[in-house]
Amino acid sequence: MNTDQLMTLAVNKNGFIFDPENGISYTVNDTGLFILRHLQKGVEQEELLNLLTEEYEVSKEHVRSDMEHYMAMLKALHLVED
Amino acid sequence: MKKNYTAPYIERNSAGNLNKYAHTTVVRHQDSIDNVLIKDLIAEHGSPLFVFSEKQIRRAYRRLQDTIRIHYPLADITWSYKTNYLSAICNIFHQEGAPAEVVSGMEYELARHNGIPGDNIYFNGPSKRRSDLSRAISEGAFIHIDHLEELYMIEKLADELGITPRVAIRMNMDTGISPLWTRFGFNYENGEAYRTVQRLVSGGKMKLTGLHTHIGTFILDPNAYYWAAQKMLVFAQTIKDSFNIVVDYIDLGGGFASQNTLIDQYTPGELSSPSFEQYAEAIGTAFNASTFVKEHHPRLILETGRVLIDEAGYLIASVLGKKNLPTGERAVILDAGVNVNITAWWYKQRVVPTKPFPGSYQNTVFYGPLCMNIDVIRSAMPFPDLYYGDTVLISPVGAYNVTQWMQFIEYRPNVCLISETGKVDIIREKEDMSDMIAREFIPEHLRRV
Repeated sequence: MNTDQLMTLAVNKNGFIFDPENGISYTVNDTGLFILRHLQKGVEQEELLNLLTEEYEVSKEHVRSDMEHYMAMLKALHLVED
Repeated sequence: MKKNYTAPYIERNSAGNLNKYAHTTVVRHQDSIDNVLIKDLIAEHGSPLFVFSEKQIRRAYRRLQDTIRIHYPLADITWSYKTNYLSAICNIFHQEGAPAEVVSGMEYELARHNGIPGDNIYFNGPSKRRSDLSRAISEGAFIHIDHLEELYMIEKLADELGITPRVAIRMNMDTGISPLWTRFGFNYENGEAYRTVQRLVSGGKMKLTGLHTHIGTFILDPNAYYWAAQKMLVFAQTIKDSFNIVVDYIDLGGGFASQNTLIDQYTPGELSSPSFEQYAEAIGTAFNASTFVKEHHPRLILETGRVLIDEAGYLIASVLGKKNLPTGERAVILDAGVNVNITAWWYKQRVVPTKPFPGSYQNTVFYGPLCMNIDVIRSAMPFPDLYYGDTVLISPVGAYNVTQWMQFIEYRPNVCLISETGKVDIIREKEDMSDMIAREFIPEHLRRV
């Protein structure tokens, strides 16, 4: 997975995301922000699932499906590529 | 301590479309109905669950009746059985003084079962059988004639029974709205209604007591009722002049819109549906300008069911699962679909969570439990993240659902009523296998499998 585009984003601690290359902005929720920051650090998805279950009150099975959906959203927004 | 979890979400910011109605996009939760907690209702009676509010039903009936009578005092509002014929619901309206308005032999039988005498029943509908008419004539019901075969049948029965039936002619007409409902009764503009009265009078077997129309359903233009009333009153005068018959009542049928929002409607229902006052004013203006009314004071009858019951009905449903659609939308599968909530096909119903949720929303489609792609309760709307077992409240669902619901792969659920004192009673028990097989017979050679 190519996360180069993520590296260029300006990420605000309240979940406001700005892409300086095209002026587009995004809003993420707390969980979305958590994942985004870790993807920027290069954390792999499987490890990210463990981090999420340590940080939040949620099972790994539950979060896996949500994570897939979130990654699909990021791809649809051209923020990550296969 | 770990943080509360909500599904991760990202949304591209945009100025979006301006919302001139200032309609909030914040999803507000509702955790009770008439001060009864939804979690208690579900714990006691299971899910899904229909809930009706007796307080709201009585309030709507009294308010409509008062509003109409301010404009024309001789007005009666009947209870339209087809809108919701659970006996407990019917009896609330009957306790308020509503006569029964029925459209089939089955509904007639139900009204009689509920203790309504025949002479307090208005019998509409296009499909009255000989046996239905025979009973209705014998019991003195007001029979609204839909077509000539029916007229002829009533004449024959009048002879056989030695009774002069009380009848009204059903009329259809142009009231300035589209589509024109021309299938019920006889057309006014082309003279068919007049010729029918002429035929009825020349037969000499029945008493013409009223005129009836049903101009359509979910009528968003109250002026349509002005034109309907105006034309019927002119026709009543014509009948007086031609045949020296004075009709006792003008029945304007039903069709008042509830606060629901039609699927294709841009403006939310609570802003676009006319108020009781607007309907009443349109009708009252026609009545109070009529010379026929000044001389003969006919009764005004209304049969408008939806507006009296839709908002008083709620459906509580539980989340069975969720999935992600290729469109990026979230899909939630509920335990109640169009099998019990068929009006979801017509309306953008209000769907709200039953408890507060933290976090942001994502576009969520609500599906029912049926194995059909069209089992959609609500197309995508912003909604908080739901989990298995969470409940949502769907409304308004009081009209036409517990009569048109279907038994397709699921049992029909419990229906309960919250009384004015807050007492909760089951008014229709949920079905089980015995309901499925009660009327089936298996031939001997098919009994072994």
